[in-house]
Amino acid sequence: MSTYSLSDGLASGAPRTSRAPLLATWIRESGVGVLASIAWIAFGLSCLWWEDVGDWSRTHSLGIAAFIIAAIALFGTVGADYLGSAGQALHKRAPWLVALGAFLTVWEVATAKFAWLPLPFFPPPQSIIEVYTDDLPKLLDSVFASVKLQLGGYLIGATIGFLTGVSIGWSRAVGYWVHPVLRFIGPLPATAWLPIAFFTFPSSWSASTFLIALATGFPVTVLTWSGVASVSNAYYDVARTLGAKPSFLVLKVAIPAALPHVFVGLFMGLGSSFAVLVVAEMIGVKAGLGWYLQWAQGWAAYANMYAALIVMSLLCSGAITLLFSIRDRLLVWQKGTVKW
Amino acid sequence: MVATALTKALTHPAAGAALDIEQISHAFDIDGAELPVLSDVSISVEPGEFVALLGPSGCGKSTLLRLVAGLDKPKAGRLREDEERIRRPHPSRVVVFQDPTLFPWRSVWDNVALGLEAQGILRSQRQRVDDALDLVGLSSFRNAYPHQLSGGMAQRVALARALVNDPKILILDEPLGKLDSLTRITMQAELVSLWQRKGFTTLLVTHDAEEALVLANRVVVFSERPARVKADIRVDRPYPRHRGDPYLADLRRQILGLLGLDATW
Repeated sequence: MSTYSLSDGLASGAPRTSRAPLLATWIRESGVGVLASIAWIAFGLSCLWWEDVGDWSRTHSLGIAAFIIAAIALFGTVGADYLGSAGQALHKRAPWLVALGAFLTVWEVATAKFAWLPLPFFPPPQSIIEVYTDDLPKLLDSVFASVKLQLGGYLIGATIGFLTGVSIGWSRAVGYWVHPVLRFIGPLPATAWLPIAFFTFPSSWSASTFLIALATGFPVTVLTWSGVASVSNAYYDVARTLGAKPSFLVLKVAIPAALPHVFVGLFMGLGSSFAVLVVAEMIGVKAGLGWYLQWAQGWAAYANMYAALIVMSLLCSGAITLLFSIRDRLLVWQKGTVKW
Repeated sequence: MVATALTKALTHPAAGAALDIEQISHAFDIDGAELPVLSDVSISVEPGEFVALLGPSGCGKSTLLRLVAGLDKPKAGRLREDEERIRRPHPSRVVVFQDPTLFPWRSVWDNVALGLEAQGILRSQRQRVDDALDLVGLSSFRNAYPHQLSGGMAQRVALARALVNDPKILILDEPLGKLDSLTRITMQAELVSLWQRKGFTTLLVTHDAEEALVLANRVVVFSERPARVKADIRVDRPYPRHRGDPYLADLRRQILGLLGLDATW
């Protein structure tokens, strides 16, 4: 009996030792993906299990959507080997999916189901979804107005700032006249001009464009200028001995050498112009996401505010990402010389 | 004298320009005080000659090169290239500096193309860029960026960037000074063969007596700052020269003596 059971233990022990690490690798590889699926199932259940304390029309659809995401996460994890790069991408983002599912579950339970958070101020996820589906035209109009205003102001400000910066950096005479003006006006926050701008400019749209351009222009000017001023004389010497004319020195030596600085200015300008955009829309322009926020607050439509905030942050981070990819393309030569 | 005539006859006789440095004096203004760097320097360089300017570091050799290049104006005296006054930089006189100073935002090919582009003739003469890269043996690195090159390769690109302009006078400001000794010896040989093939007049600033003797037909020795011409020595030896050549060793001892180092040698 004992020998039998011993040999039995040995016989079954051999495959177990080879299966155990297999299971361990599978858990290590796919555990997070399965966990993500579970988190989203929990979110779906949290939507459907209890009755809503308020009146929201999208609770059911949201629960179904959560289950669909859970299913995608599960199948994506199990079948990762057959999905190629999509499976890889899912695997990389799985920890975030877990966190997001857990966060949404807690949010759902704390607002829509038990109202632990005071209700009108902390709307549940489904009411934000409701804004996106039911108030879409107005939201899209606002997005369009904001993008138009921001893009126009930013491009004008960046162009003028760049040209001014190059001129100050290059010409002593221009520097003599522009530098003190810049010193005096530049550090003033662009929003301080708001009251003046809105009655001097013919329309609130042109006034806001001016303010955004101003907020963008100052950092771009200063950094372009310092970039041009810091170009090593050795580069100019080399170009001059090779027969370069002044225009060549500006366009082909000073500007490319200053470009890394210019991009720092462009990033700073983008950040400060967002602030001006929102304030200008809240106060003067009757369109755009800033105005939408203001309007939503007036109606105590808190879900709309959160919805607009989410869109706004997507737009801002999208703009930054776009600028980054332009920089990466233009400054590809910097790869390997500096750590990004 | 015979040897220089011979080298000239063997290469293109018209490729190099004559250079006349006539009673040049120069000084820097440092906080209002005048610091003399060159005092009454006169050197007459024949077309196609390879002249080494040798002197203690900081004596003003590099300043003289900047004046010849036309980057700065002398306080007194005249500079002439083929009887014509030098007033500003011109691509017929190209400088290779101690640092390669390649433009980091341009690829190797675009760096070499710089001179032709600046003169507005790149479009019709792209072949010259390829030829220059071939000449320094870096054709396969045409798309590389400067930071991907070793020190010796970067200096070769700088050389190609100069040679693509077919200069009449090549001005070398210690171009091999920062290279390791092996690369240095290889590039010295390359310089000589380029000079022999192309026939340009060459002006080389160095503080290495051996380098001057291996490369040049003429070695001009400068004093301490303010630099004056202390000696003008002809080196009548055929190329390729051997470092252990007793004739060169003798000249070297003489030159080091002039530089005040006789006790150690």
